[in-house]
Amino acid sequence: MDLAFTAEEQKFADDVRAFVKANLPADVRDKVKNGKHLGRDDYMRWQQALGKKGWLVYTWPKKHGGPGFTPAQRYIFENVCAEEYAPGIIPFGTKMVGPVIYTFGNDEQKAKYLPAIRESTVWWCQGYSEPGSGSDLASLRTKAEKQGDHYIVNGSKTWTTMGHWADWIFCLVRTDSKAKPQEGISFLLIDMKTPGITVKPIIMMDGGHEVNEVFFDNVKVPVANLIGKENEGWTCAKFLLANERLGIAAVPQSKRGVEALKDIARAEQEDGKPLIENQGFAEKIADLEIQVTALEFTELRVLSQMAQGGQPGPEVSGLKVRGSEIQQRITELTMEAVGEYAAPYLPGLLWQGTNEAPVGPEYAHLAAPRYFNTRKTTIYGGSNEIQKGIISKMVLGL
Amino acid sequence: MDLSLSDEQKQLQDAAERFVRDKYAFENRRKIVATDRGWLTENWTQMAELGWLGMAFKEEDGGYGGGPIETMIVMEQFGKGLVLEPFLPTVVLGGGMIAAAGSPAQKEALLAPMIEGKKQFAFAWLERQSRYNLADVSLKATKEGNGWSLSGHKGVVYNAASADNIIVLARTSGGAREEKGLSLFVVDGKAKGLTRRDYPTQDSLRASELTFDKVSVGADAVLGKVDAAFPVVEEAVDRAIVALCAEATGCMDAINAATLEYIKTRKQFGVPIGKFQVLQHRMVDCFTNAQEARWPARDWKCSAARSHVIRLVADAIALMNGGYLKLLRGR
Repeated sequence: MDLAFTAEEQKFADDVRAFVKANLPADVRDKVKNGKHLGRDDYMRWQQALGKKGWLVYTWPKKHGGPGFTPAQRYIFENVCAEEYAPGIIPFGTKMVGPVIYTFGNDEQKAKYLPAIRESTVWWCQGYSEPGSGSDLASLRTKAEKQGDHYIVNGSKTWTTMGHWADWIFCLVRTDSKAKPQEGISFLLIDMKTPGITVKPIIMMDGGHEVNEVFFDNVKVPVANLIGKENEGWTCAKFLLANERLGIAAVPQSKRGVEALKDIARAEQEDGKPLIENQGFAEKIADLEIQVTALEFTELRVLSQMAQGGQPGPEVSGLKVRGSEIQQRITELTMEAVGEYAAPYLPGLLWQGTNEAPVGPEYAHLAAPRYFNTRKTTIYGGSNEIQKGIISKMVLGL
Repeated sequence: MDLSLSDEQKQLQDAAERFVRDKYAFENRRKIVATDRGWLTENWTQMAELGWLGMAFKEEDGGYGGGPIETMIVMEQFGKGLVLEPFLPTVVLGGGMIAAAGSPAQKEALLAPMIEGKKQFAFAWLERQSRYNLADVSLKATKEGNGWSLSGHKGVVYNAASADNIIVLARTSGGAREEKGLSLFVVDGKAKGLTRRDYPTQDSLRASELTFDKVSVGADAVLGKVDAAFPVVEEAVDRAIVALCAEATGCMDAINAATLEYIKTRKQFGVPIGKFQVLQHRMVDCFTNAQEARWPARDWKCSAARSHVIRLVADAIALMNGGYLKLLRGR
C-alpha cells in the first residue's frame, strides 16, 4: 500500500489540468462555477473536446477505445476536472450503455455505437423506471413484440433524465410476459426519432425541466437493436446499475460542494464576523468534510479492487448510500449558511439565463433549488433502502 | 393544566379547516399563485368577516379578545393548504406591534381598518448583514424638522407590494447591533423616496427589497417610544415564530396523511410499500414527530425544537413519496 502519488501520477495530474485549462470553453466553466444551468450544447462542446483527446470514456479499457486509466489516474482525472469547474460527464452513453454494448453487444453493434459515444456525437438517455416500476424494476411492463425483423414497442418510461435532449434511448422492455419477471426482460436500443415516441416534460419542485415521461405507441425497432440475447436483458440491467451506483457517489462534486460552502460561510456575516468563525457552524462543516474524506478513501479502495477484478460488486451500494447522504447534507448546510436570502425565487436567473440581477448575494438564489433538487439523490439509482437491502443480502448474507 | 380546546376554539378550528378545504385545493392554489398580487381579495374579505383578522386583539383595541392560541389554531389549518393571504405580516406582525406599542390615534387609523380587512401591512427589519440578529439594523432615521428622514435598505420584506403601510425598524441612535437606539416607523407603502424590487419566494409568497432614499415621515409615524422599539419587535417576532410553527404543524399533518395514503396504495414487489418494515418505521417516526411538534408550540421557547422535528419529517416524507414531490409545486 502506498497512499502517495508517484512522480508519474503527479505529471499526469499536471497534464490533465493543462488540458482542461486549454480546452474547457470559458463560458461553460463560468456557468459551472456560478451554478448556472447548462444547455445540451454546453455539455457537448466539453465532451467533444474530451472525446478528441480520448478521455471522454475515461473508465473504458484500451481494447474498446478507452485510455485504460489506472484507479489512481481515474481518481486524479475526476478530481482535477471537478476542481477546474468542468461539467460532470453525462453518464448515459459513457458509463451506462457504452460498457453494456462492449460487454454484451456483437461486433456490428460495437462498431455502430461505440465511436459515437467515445466522441460524444450522440446523446443517450435511460429507459428504466416506469410509472408502476420503481424500486421493483423487474415488474416493468413496456412491451416489445417481435414481428418479423422488428419489435413493436408499447408502454411508457418515466424520470427520463435529459430525455428531451436525447438522440437514442436504451430501454428495458418485456419480451416474455409468461416467464418470471427477471427472465422476460430484454435490453433494446431505440432511436428517439422513430415514429410513435412522445416526450413530455416533468417540471420539478425547483421549477426546472430535467426529467421527462417517454411514451411508446407502436414504435418499430429493428431486431438488430437488441443487446445480448432476448429475455436475458436483466443481466445487462444489473451490470449497468452497478456502474451507475459507483458513478453517483459523486465524491469529486461533493468536495467541490464543501469548498463552495466554506466560501459562503466566509462571505456571510453574523454579528459582524464571518459565519465560518461561529464554532458551532465550523464544527458542522468539519464533520461534513470528514465524511467526504472517509467516503473518498472507501471509493478509492473499491476502485483499486476493481483494477484487479474488473466489475464493481455489491459494495458499491454503500458508496451510493453515503454519497447521496453527503450531497444532501451539503445542500442543507448551504441553506443554513445563506439564511434569509435563500427565500427569493428568481426563475429568470435560474432557468432562462436572463440578466435579472440577483437578490442579495449571487450564490443565494441557488441554495433552495439545489436543496429541493438534491432530495432525489437518496431515491434515484435505486433508493437507499434498496441499496441497504442489497448489502444485507449480498455482503452480509442476511 | 388543560391542553384541550374550548368549544369556541373548536368552532374556529372547524371554520378554518373548512376554509382551507374549500379554497385551497391544489389546483386552486396554483391559480392564486398566478394572480398579480399572489392572494385573493375575496379570501381576505372572508377572513375579516369570519373575525379572524381581529380575533387575537383586545376588545378595547377593536378586537374580539382572543390571543396567540387563536392565531395558532388558524395558522395550523392554513398550513394544511399553504394559504397565501398575508395573515402573518399583516395581522401577527403588523397588527401585533401596533396593538402593543401604538397610540390610540394609530390604533384607530391602522388597527381598526386592518381588522375590517381594509388595510394590510409589511414588516421591514432584515438587512443584508442582519442574519438572525434583530438588532443588527443600520437603516438610519434622522430628525428632520418635526419629523424624521429614513435612508437605507431592507431585504426580504414579505407582502411589501400589497401593504398599505410598511412598518420599518430603523436606527435612531446607538452603534451597530445595539438593542437600544432602535425605533419603529409607520411608512406609507407609496411614500416618496421608497423604491421596491418585488419577487416571489420559494414558497410562492411575495417579498421585496426596499430602498429608502430620504423618505420623510411625520413625528406621528413613530410607533411606540423612540430608541426603545427592541422589546416590541422581539415579542412580535416571537409570536410570529410560534404562528409559523403552528402553520408547519398543519403542513406536516397534511403531508403525513398524504404519505400514509400513498404507502398503503402504491405497490411494488406485489405488495403495498407500507408493508415493508423499513417504511413502516419511517412513517411511525413521522407520525410521532408530528405529535411531538403539536403541543410544545404553545410554549414559545420550544419553537426551535419544533423546527428541528419539522425538518426530520420533511426529509422522511421526501423519501417515501419519491419523485412524486414534484407534484407539490405549482409551476
